[in-house]
Amino acid sequence: MSSGPPLWVIPALPLGGFLLTGLLGTRLGKRFVTAVGLGSVALATVAAYWRLLEYVFQVPSRSGEFSFHPVTIVERVSDWVATSGFAADIAFRLDPLSALMISFVTFVGFLIHVYSTGYMAEETDAGYARFFAYLNLFMFSMLVLVLAQNFLLLFVGWEGVGLCSYLLIGYSYEQEYAASSGRKAFVVNRIGDYGFLLGMFGLVGVFGTLDFDRIFRSAAADPARFAPALTLICLCLFVGATGKSAQLPLYVWLPDAMAGPTPVSALIHAATMVTAGVYMVTRCNVLFRLAPEAMAVVAVIGAATAIFAAVIGVAQNDVKKVLAYSTISQLGYMFLACGVGAFVAGMFHVLTHAFFKACLFLGAGSVMHAMSGEIDMRKMGGLKRKLPVTYATFLIATLAISGIPPLAGFFSKDAILTAVFGAGRPVLFGLGLFTAGLTAFYMFRVVSRVFEGTFRGTPEQEHHAHESPRSMTIPLIVLAALSVVGGIVGVPPLLGGGDRIAKFLAPIFLSIAGRPEGRGAELLSSTEWLLLGASVLVAVVGLLLAWKWYAKDDGRVPERIAAAFPAAYRLVADKFRVDELYDAIVVRPFVALARFCWKVIDVLVIDGVLNAGAFLVELAGDLLRFLQTGNVRNYALGFLLGVVALMLIVMGGM
Amino acid sequence: MIGSIPLSDVLLASAALFCVGLAGALLRRNAITIFLSIEVMMNAANLALLGYGAALGTREGQILVFFVIAIAAAEASVGLAIFVALFRHTETIDVNRINLLKW
Repeated sequence: MSSGPPLWVIPALPLGGFLLTGLLGTRLGKRFVTAVGLGSVALATVAAYWRLLEYVFQVPSRSGEFSFHPVTIVERVSDWVATSGFAADIAFRLDPLSALMISFVTFVGFLIHVYSTGYMAEETDAGYARFFAYLNLFMFSMLVLVLAQNFLLLFVGWEGVGLCSYLLIGYSYEQEYAASSGRKAFVVNRIGDYGFLLGMFGLVGVFGTLDFDRIFRSAAADPARFAPALTLICLCLFVGATGKSAQLPLYVWLPDAMAGPTPVSALIHAATMVTAGVYMVTRCNVLFRLAPEAMAVVAVIGAATAIFAAVIGVAQNDVKKVLAYSTISQLGYMFLACGVGAFVAGMFHVLTHAFFKACLFLGAGSVMHAMSGEIDMRKMGGLKRKLPVTYATFLIATLAISGIPPLAGFFSKDAILTAVFGAGRPVLFGLGLFTAGLTAFYMFRVVSRVFEGTFRGTPEQEHHAHESPRSMTIPLIVLAALSVVGGIVGVPPLLGGGDRIAKFLAPIFLSIAGRPEGRGAELLSSTEWLLLGASVLVAVVGLLLAWKWYAKDDGRVPERIAAAFPAAYRLVADKFRVDELYDAIVVRPFVALARFCWKVIDVLVIDGVLNAGAFLVELAGDLLRFLQTGNVRNYALGFLLGVVALMLIVMGGM
Repeated sequence: MIGSIPLSDVLLASAALFCVGLAGALLRRNAITIFLSIEVMMNAANLALLGYGAALGTREGQILVFFVIAIAAAEASVGLAIFVALFRHTETIDVNRINLLKW
């Protein structure tokens, strides 16, 4: 049926790259690592796009209108788990959703690999090889995650990306902070994964399988039978999503994940891995739609995370930290969309966010590169003359994330806000709108502090500051271009677009038996215009305010505000002290429990029992040894007594 | 010949002999005397074997006795050699004074 490469080739290529660079990279040097690490991802991208184009344009339409064949291609590679009661295959799936995911995972991944060749060029041979091996392993895991045909294989990718995240955050493991941040990310993710596992157990219990098609079809065909169990299952799955996608209350690992090299932050902690939760929820849209309570939780958590992280982002001075909180906030947007049933808007935002957030992170990396690793924006300023390309791309991506038309972020953010409003959730809509303003504000604060004004660092830094090599600027330019035009796939009918992404993704939304179709109330076009205007207005207000306060007045107004409310400012700057809270209510009791297990259970009980046993044996020996008198006649008497005793026993037994 | 004596008499004689040997082995302190007492006990066992063999009309009792005598001879040579070596070392064969191997 298909002339392209089989689907398993797409993840297998980076896996091969991982093995080659991981096993031989240190010995063969950087050129080899670059060739293999970059080449494997490039080939995977080619393979993915081959299949994608073939898939999308399977049925050419006469009118030239965008059309495709809404089938799901499942390619089974082999058996995996095969017992009498339960079976799971290694099988890959190409449907509109996974097609959308691999389109940007491979492409953005490739760009970030290119960027890394420049960014990591000064590392040692061993470090360089290790870095690319991990990146390739990440690409493999992520592609398995999005191409999997059942929950079990998805979980393999899910855990794989978590592992790579841990390895790459702790890339500079000699530094205590990097190592402990990696550990934190891993542990927090494990908590979420536990929920995901419980959700999978629930699915096996209810449906007897983990195959996507079978679960979704049976759920859609007989909602009355399955709906009661699904609320709990969906909540468990969502716990997994909050861990992986850094939502309240499990978001705490993502800001610390910025200890990893910047390309890692861009690839894993902004563009791809953290969107896995949104992908999973969208993949399970049938289940979530049958569990309205779970949907409500998703929406509320998403909105709360969006505003919470945006507020924290306003008061951070570390460029990457601002971007991290911005990522958390934008992920909150995506979950908000999913929670009100606008899965398409959520996935659309995943796509556009991948472009502009990767661009922002890579831009931040470029600034760090120029500033010899400096990351505090209080010590920057006026860099737009030194770094023209970085400045231009960063500005475009900032405009995109702020939702300024006609950039990509505008369309996706507007789609989400419209959907939330249309779903009749005015409070959530208000939060989302306010967050949009905050987003524009804190992002323009970064632009103003870093690129505008006068330089505030040391003279050496100023002298050293230079534009990054071409391997770094070209990905920036490509990503900035995508941030401009990426929205084109989802232009709503209101603005004369076809909302192609909604048509494209339509087949993944199975219709549920006995439930009317429809995606919420249709809004009047005047209402839609109003919503659109409102979202642009708050973005522009936030943007201009940040521009005036930080670029023109050099931050005096915010300083006065901070001085007027010192307690509130400290609270926000300290990230609401959530880390401290978790430390007090989770980490410390846990450490105390561990110490209890060590000092009491292990040392006292286990060692005590063992030592007491040994002591008793020794004591018995100390007493009994006096029986060994060395006198043969005593022994002979012992023999006699023994024989007499034996005879008495034998006789008595008779 | 032995067959003309009742088995109970033979066994009584054997038991008496065994008790004499046992008493000697437990009560005497001279190593050679103890050794001789042990030989007496062994011969008490031989006597019992002969008595049973005659009573049952089989030859195994007598065969076993020959084995015991042969092994006792070998044992005697080993035991006496040990006593000689012991005497050279400690100048005594009083077992109460040979008690180095203790706690």
